[in-house]
Amino acid sequence: MIRALVLLLGLALPAAAQEVIVSGMSQNRVSITADFDGSEILIYGAVKREAPPPPGAPLEVIVTVEGPATPVAVRRKDRVAGIWINNASVHIDSAPSFYAVATTGPLDYILSDIDNLRYGITIERVIRAIGISDEAEKAGEFVLALLRVRTDEGRYRILEGKVELTEDTLFRTDVVLPANLTEGEYKVRLFLLRDKRVIASQEKVIGVRKEGLERFIFNLAKERPLVYGLLSLALAAISGWGASAAFRLIRV
Amino acid sequence: MQLYLPIAEVSVNAFLILGLGGIVGFLSGMFGVGGGFLITPLLFFIGVPPAVAVATGANQVVASSISGVLAQLRRKGVDFTMGTVLLIGGVMGSVIGVWVFTLMTRLGQIDLFVQLSYVLFLGLIGAMMFQESVRSLLKSRKAGGAPIRRAHVHSWVHGLPFKMKFRASGLYISVIPPALIGASVGFLSAIMGVGGGFILVPAMIYLLGMPTKVVIGTSLFQIIFVTGFTTVMHAVNSQSVDMMLALLLILGGVVGAQIGTRVGVRLKAEQLRILLSLLVLTVSIRIAGDLLIRPDELYSVTPGVLP
Repeated sequence: MIRALVLLLGLALPAAAQEVIVSGMSQNRVSITADFDGSEILIYGAVKREAPPPPGAPLEVIVTVEGPATPVAVRRKDRVAGIWINNASVHIDSAPSFYAVATTGPLDYILSDIDNLRYGITIERVIRAIGISDEAEKAGEFVLALLRVRTDEGRYRILEGKVELTEDTLFRTDVVLPANLTEGEYKVRLFLLRDKRVIASQEKVIGVRKEGLERFIFNLAKERPLVYGLLSLALAAISGWGASAAFRLIRV
Repeated sequence: MQLYLPIAEVSVNAFLILGLGGIVGFLSGMFGVGGGFLITPLLFFIGVPPAVAVATGANQVVASSISGVLAQLRRKGVDFTMGTVLLIGGVMGSVIGVWVFTLMTRLGQIDLFVQLSYVLFLGLIGAMMFQESVRSLLKSRKAGGAPIRRAHVHSWVHGLPFKMKFRASGLYISVIPPALIGASVGFLSAIMGVGGGFILVPAMIYLLGMPTKVVIGTSLFQIIFVTGFTTVMHAVNSQSVDMMLALLLILGGVVGAQIGTRVGVRLKAEQLRILLSLLVLTVSIRIAGDLLIRPDELYSVTPGVLP
């Protein structure tokens, strides 16, 4: 048994150990301040080799950036008695708030289905919908709808051919994070592929956090909701009175 | 200038929000409505999540109503006695409304319920007001002067017990009708997330027979408390009040409300009512359209667990 395992590892390892990723990012934290309007992150790296690259299939690179995941409800409107109302809904256990896949070439050509399933690379493989078929007929439509809606919102992006690879060694890509960013840990994964199979991978994290005034308001709203509510009211009362007083001064 | 909203978690143009606040504040000061029925759909439209839009809209209405009520106060346009009676009814109504809201949320049809309420009430009241004010405008033109207004129209309302003197309105009526009106307004504001001025104003004019002069101020007075209550409730229950968004809306709103009040004073009461009824009808038709026309995207995505 153990021997079989060693043999299996021995078969798998040489390919994996031959080429290793060395990478970096332009920033590993993003601060959401009041004037935050999206952010562009440069992800770059090189392939470290002990031996010359194997002949044959060319090297390919895939970079994914994944935002914090939440459960989501997908609802469909249907026409009932002449009006369009939310009729059917499906609950999806986990869908990332942001997902970008940047590649050196078309995904179908550089990635096999098996490795896509194993590493969870494309967005379809990242969304988890366990037991979804119990909830509604044709549940697949709801997952497709989720992909479509979030792609339209710019939350899910497929950037095929957007990774630049130089001399099979150096690579770089820019991923634009949108302005409607959710706080949390953004997982960056890098994959090296040959012959449609992943031969090396690496994971990094970008921390996205609200800072300054944004942080203060957010924390107050979550931790002292009553104080926050009363403060909002006071703000409204003072501004209302202030404007009234100011206008009286202008008129007199 | 782009600004990131800490609670809504979207980036918006600050001047756009200031402008929105200004327009709604202007209408609020002119008609004595809180403007909630305008601000909430407008915020949806620019991408603010619905829960944040409803809660923050309520907060903005507080500010513009205070600004408006202070302007009305100087021209003695607030009947505090009447306002208090309406308010007591309002609080009771909103407690029932919150309960129904929770029930409908559990059934998963709250969006539909809210939209239908909007279409039904805005449409009905808009149409009634429009018809009445056009008729009275025509009548006053034909007579070639101000319409003769009877001070007291005696009806069944005057037969009810618990009579009270409302000096600012020049009325001596039972407290039951105003309390009931307050209660239905409180109920609707809890469900629709609005102050309820568009219901309160015509109800005070047509059902209670209050003079138009005190209607707007009294309506604003009641709205301050109803929306203030709503704001705190939302802040505590769902943490969905966005202070940054509210501040921008308020800055635009309070200025708009002051200008609106001054413009409103110059217009004739009939003209004011026709304009308000047209505005109410437009919003009602717009929402009805959303219900009747096939949407481009049938699916919607809501983060969080299904109730």
